[in-house]
Amino acid sequence: MKEITGIKEIVKPENLAYKKSTILTKDIMHYCPGCGHSTAHRILAEIIEEEGLQHDTIGVSPVGCSVFLYNYIDIDWQEAAHGRAPAVATGIKRLLPDKFVFTYQGDGDLAAIGTAETIHSCNRGENILIIFINNGIYGMTGGQMAPTTLPGMKSSTSPYGRDVHTMGNPLKMTDIVATLPGTYYVTRQSVHTPANVRKTKKVLRKAVQYQKLNKGTCFVEIVSNCPSGWKMTPVQSNKWLEEHMLPYYPLGDLKTPDEKPVQQSKSE
Amino acid sequence: MKGNEAIAEAAIRAGADGYFGYPITPQSEILEYLMEANPYEKTGMVVLQAESEIAAINMVYGGAGCGKKVMTSSSSPGISLKQEGITYIAGAELPCLIVNVVRGGPGLGTIQPAQSDYFQAVKGGGHGDYHLIVLAPSSVQEMADFVGLAFDLAFKYRNPVMILSDGAIGQMMEKVWLGPQQERSKTVREWATTGKPETRKRNIITSLELDPNRQEIFNLKLIAKYNEIRENEVRFEEFQCEDAEYMLVAYGTSARVCQKAVELSRKQGIKVGLLRPITLFPYPSKQINKLAGKVKLFLAVEMSAGQMVEDVRLAVNGKVPVYHYGRMGGMIPTPDEVVDNLKKLITGN
Repeated sequence: MKEITGIKEIVKPENLAYKKSTILTKDIMHYCPGCGHSTAHRILAEIIEEEGLQHDTIGVSPVGCSVFLYNYIDIDWQEAAHGRAPAVATGIKRLLPDKFVFTYQGDGDLAAIGTAETIHSCNRGENILIIFINNGIYGMTGGQMAPTTLPGMKSSTSPYGRDVHTMGNPLKMTDIVATLPGTYYVTRQSVHTPANVRKTKKVLRKAVQYQKLNKGTCFVEIVSNCPSGWKMTPVQSNKWLEEHMLPYYPLGDLKTPDEKPVQQSKSE
Repeated sequence: MKGNEAIAEAAIRAGADGYFGYPITPQSEILEYLMEANPYEKTGMVVLQAESEIAAINMVYGGAGCGKKVMTSSSSPGISLKQEGITYIAGAELPCLIVNVVRGGPGLGTIQPAQSDYFQAVKGGGHGDYHLIVLAPSSVQEMADFVGLAFDLAFKYRNPVMILSDGAIGQMMEKVWLGPQQERSKTVREWATTGKPETRKRNIITSLELDPNRQEIFNLKLIAKYNEIRENEVRFEEFQCEDAEYMLVAYGTSARVCQKAVELSRKQGIKVGLLRPITLFPYPSKQINKLAGKVKLFLAVEMSAGQMVEDVRLAVNGKVPVYHYGRMGGMIPTPDEVVDNLKKLITGN
């Protein structure tokens, strides 16, 4: 066997294990070390590139930590007001039905201020993809309580822990939209381990492909971390995510295309 | 045809690409007419009832960002809800049409006609330094005509345009001439998000800027645009102004009342004229200033507590006295009331 001695012999196309997506821009992402956003951005860019959709995609970025998403992926973008991304995406998709249209939203954006827009666009079955990053906290504004903050979890606006009696329980938007006839595919994933990243990329690709079928809204929640907001190291935050977030937000499909629609209670 | 219906039919005929609305009195006929006409079958125009005024204006944002001719309509409380979206649209420099069929306020107010949203329409409405182009129809014919004009101005300046109507003109029925059906535009705007081809950089529709220096440069660019609009787009109508000694200023429904008041006054030998602003932004300030050199006083007649009168005062700039007469809460002044008020001002009683 020939011994590998130099770098030139290693850097060959056949040895290439990973390559940066060509549609990720040169801008350096502004995220904190260990944040799940950059991983989610990367797999999203890879899928858009691999599916050949760069020239046919319009993304809608939110208000929140990922507000500058439009700086990182080389596609056409619209920046929506806080919570309004699904309404903006509705306007885009209705007028350009042949384009691939998606929103990328955090938990404050999607599950608090944008609750109505989220539920109604899913209820109308808009042919859009909604990517929902749930890290249980408002990251950009400095770690305030989110609608998805866990019971007892501390934040800058729940400094003694979330008291469910006065602050309500965490809102499981993904479970809610799964009950709506307008959604076609609803799933909850995470990006905190390499295995989960691969799994998420796989299901996200499916959700992207489903849009061509015009069968309704695809909704992908990614349970993520916020090392800065949670005041943890990246490694601690991933461990905490596994131990606390995932029991409350279990991973897996909530609604798949082959499933029969969820039974609705009959109106009296 | 009703004023509201004229707006709807004119939108179809102007080749509009999309309408996003939410029901509210006294303008629901716009959405109802469009739903019944079902223009998607004929022209491909999308008509959608949103879950709220907020969603509707954000659908407009999305469609306008794609370079499409899109619009929404509402009445006062609903227009307040739309202000967030309107300021984002102004900040992202998107063209669109917003129709406000004004009713009495504040709050839930009444469902009768009013002109109490003047400040909101003309001075900005939402947060930040911006202006809408504001058109004020005073007949059903103008309701129809201003739809096409609004879209033309919106795309010319990449700026949201508002038709500021009221419940009287929205509900009143008049004969109206409608233009022929225009085809929907196939033009792909170079700034719009249509899916980035290899030949251009990515387009980003946004109003966000973290660097205050760059934001100020953008604000200056907007001011330059508004000045260009002030220079080129002022529209007004003069009625018996040539020999007038006293000048009424009124728009929309109030202008119709004042036209009658001018006729009544002249029968009594009082030389009165009427200046009717058609654009409320840009405001016909130069013309009012010119008239201020010829007349003894101005009387602004509005269905409000006195909003437009401030712009008359600014234009007159102290040359002669400026007064206000108004009714509120959905009440419409009568021509006799206007004449009586004017006479009192003339005689000083």
